[in-house]
Amino acid sequence: MESKVAYENIELNLKATELRLGLPGTHDSQEASLFGARNNNKRQLSDTSKECGSKGSASDAQHADDHETPPPAKTQIVGWPPVRSYRKNNLQPKKSEAEASGIYVKVSMDGAPYLRKIDLRIYKGYPELLKALENIFKFTIGEYSERDGYKGSEYAPTYEDKDGDWMLVGDVPWDMFMTSCKRLRIMKGSEARGLGGGV
Amino acid sequence: MDPKRKKDCHDSGESTRVASTFPDEVLERVLALVKSHKDRSSVSLVCKDWYDAERWSRTHVFIGNCYSVSPEIVVRRFPNVRSVTLKGKPRFSDFNLVPPNWGADIRCWLVVFAAKYRCLEELRLKRMTVSDESLEFLALSFPNFKALSLHSCDGFSTDGLAAIATHCKNLTELNIQENDIYDKSGCWLSCFPENFTSLEVLNFAYLNNDVNFEALERLVSRCKSLNVLKVNKNITLEQLQRLLICAPKLTELGTGSFLPELTDRQYSELKRSFSICSNLNVLSGLSEATALYLPALYPACTNLTFLNLSDAALQSEEFAKLLVHCPRLRRLWVLDTVEDKGLEAVGSNCPLLEELRVFPSDPYEEGIVHGVTESGFIAVSYGCRRLHYVLYFCRQMTNAAVETIVQNCPDFTHFRLCIMTPCQPDYRTNEPMDKAFCAVVKTCTKLRRLAVSGLLTDMTFEYIGKYAKNLETLSVAFAGSSDWGMQCVLGGCRKLRKLEIRDCPFGNAALLSGFEKYESMRSLWMSDCKVTMNGCRFLAKEMPRLNVEVMKEDGSDDSQADKVYVYRSVAGPRRDAPPFVLTL
Repeated sequence: MESKVAYENIELNLKATELRLGLPGTHDSQEASLFGARNNNKRQLSDTSKECGSKGSASDAQHADDHETPPPAKTQIVGWPPVRSYRKNNLQPKKSEAEASGIYVKVSMDGAPYLRKIDLRIYKGYPELLKALENIFKFTIGEYSERDGYKGSEYAPTYEDKDGDWMLVGDVPWDMFMTSCKRLRIMKGSEARGLGGGV
Repeated sequence: MDPKRKKDCHDSGESTRVASTFPDEVLERVLALVKSHKDRSSVSLVCKDWYDAERWSRTHVFIGNCYSVSPEIVVRRFPNVRSVTLKGKPRFSDFNLVPPNWGADIRCWLVVFAAKYRCLEELRLKRMTVSDESLEFLALSFPNFKALSLHSCDGFSTDGLAAIATHCKNLTELNIQENDIYDKSGCWLSCFPENFTSLEVLNFAYLNNDVNFEALERLVSRCKSLNVLKVNKNITLEQLQRLLICAPKLTELGTGSFLPELTDRQYSELKRSFSICSNLNVLSGLSEATALYLPALYPACTNLTFLNLSDAALQSEEFAKLLVHCPRLRRLWVLDTVEDKGLEAVGSNCPLLEELRVFPSDPYEEGIVHGVTESGFIAVSYGCRRLHYVLYFCRQMTNAAVETIVQNCPDFTHFRLCIMTPCQPDYRTNEPMDKAFCAVVKTCTKLRRLAVSGLLTDMTFEYIGKYAKNLETLSVAFAGSSDWGMQCVLGGCRKLRKLEIRDCPFGNAALLSGFEKYESMRSLWMSDCKVTMNGCRFLAKEMPRLNVEVMKEDGSDDSQADKVYVYRSVAGPRRDAPPFVLTL
């Protein structure tokens, strides 16, 4: 009962300074009992551990400060919101995993002594990818056209898809390319011309 | 007619003349056609003849609280049962409010059934504890066993499933829904014998381990009557496509992962497989689905009546495009990632919609989430006038919005609104949300289930007591101002059967105001309210036919009754209560 009295004192002080949109003096009695109820609720914890905050009047009083104003959303209350545990587990991790893992593919360039690896996810589309490749290997790629492939240079960017076929970069939508590309190869010279590129 | 049955002809002289002119066979035949258990209860109360005819002809028994009756009483009254549905723990156990090892073990039921119901065919359990040994016992004890459905159960592992697959030669249904189990491996699926062909329903969507895909493919191919298949996330799109070819007659499909990892050729094949599935009524799964591959589904959506996207975090655009292809939708479950824009699309495309559930994708606000607001709900109510079931998780709501919604859709039977921050007022007016729920109960006269949230005073409960005359289930959290609120509900809601309350300022006066009413209800749950041990003891003393159980939390005041569970029972106090459950 000690704590309850301490509670009400704290409660009244804060209410006087509380910013509200409603008319002053309205809803006083309702909110008083509501806050009273909530302060008796030992379940509002600043972390999900049952130890913290559920014992003793001192900690209750401390928590009163936190909970006088409309409860901060970050406070973890056991079993609230009422969603089933399987639902909680399945969602969040999935999204961040997808964001965290990159799509790393090897890039080889004809004539270069070693290969490089790039993360396709960091590029928003073909222009960024091609620019990055130009920078890494110090060459220029020609202009893409659906009919003629890459004109204006002796290089053509190609990729191996999931079927094992070598395709010209740029034909399919970017999203589809990102998921079907297994590795990249920058072809040079006559081979490149065979694909429609070249001078 | 069952030769064991003896009918005492002299008894019928006491019942009405009309009843005694019917031979028992005729009465039983007629009553066999009565399926609803409520109707059957009514039938059994007419007279002794009808009570007897009803009990002999009953083949399915539904027990909403496993502790309200004992297995011995059940088998004595109903000798010919083939199908049993049992529910165990209080519903708030779904949200971790009930400690583990609370009870509701199926074991003692199975032992009695094995002796008296040799012909048992179906067992549907919800919130029960089921061990591997129990599953094996089940598999070996009932030679005709056909259907097993486990929903929100705990205590078993995939070993138990292996026993079922191995021994149940006539199995038609295996439905493993949302259970808290020890998922050791996917080997259980390979335990179905090669000559086993009777399966019609297979749902393992919520199991996490890989099953042997070849075994699954063979199983699906040889079970020609399979019409429900829900696979888990480990099944890839490519594998799904192969399964669809084996089972084009599916009416319900739960896909595995919808990650876009196909080649162009494979994608075309997938599209073709879906276009053959013209019988699909129910679609679920779609985890990790993105805009890219959803179009493959379009041809399969024409006859969809139930679309469950609660595992697929879709954005509003791709969701809206999908909905265009689902004109016949009646039930829709979705994540709040679709936002208000997505819900506007629901209003525009789904005029036949009857049920909408919007789940929170980020309930603990670990990221930056917009979710849905009152606007989305309003948009749905304008477009879907037949809406009668809603479960809506949101972060803001206004009284005016709810008033508009129920005006548009006055036929709500189930209205479950969860404003996710406790005690949150109308964000526009800063008033309590009383007016909203008052509008709901006044307008929706057919309301059977209500869940309230937001800042609420006793006024809400006064209105509920006054107007919600058909209300059967009420869920309350962080609401009310005093005992008066709960007293109004107990006094006014004539048909109330389940009342579950947490974190409200209702105390002994409220608890005791309903003590006669609890015998007409299934159960009452009150946790973290103001009820004391003395109040509970008084209730237990006055009402011997109720079980009054209290669970105390570590370190709480001795006089406080932290968690109270009151339910009617003809079986007396529990004999299997763990030490932390005090039966008063």
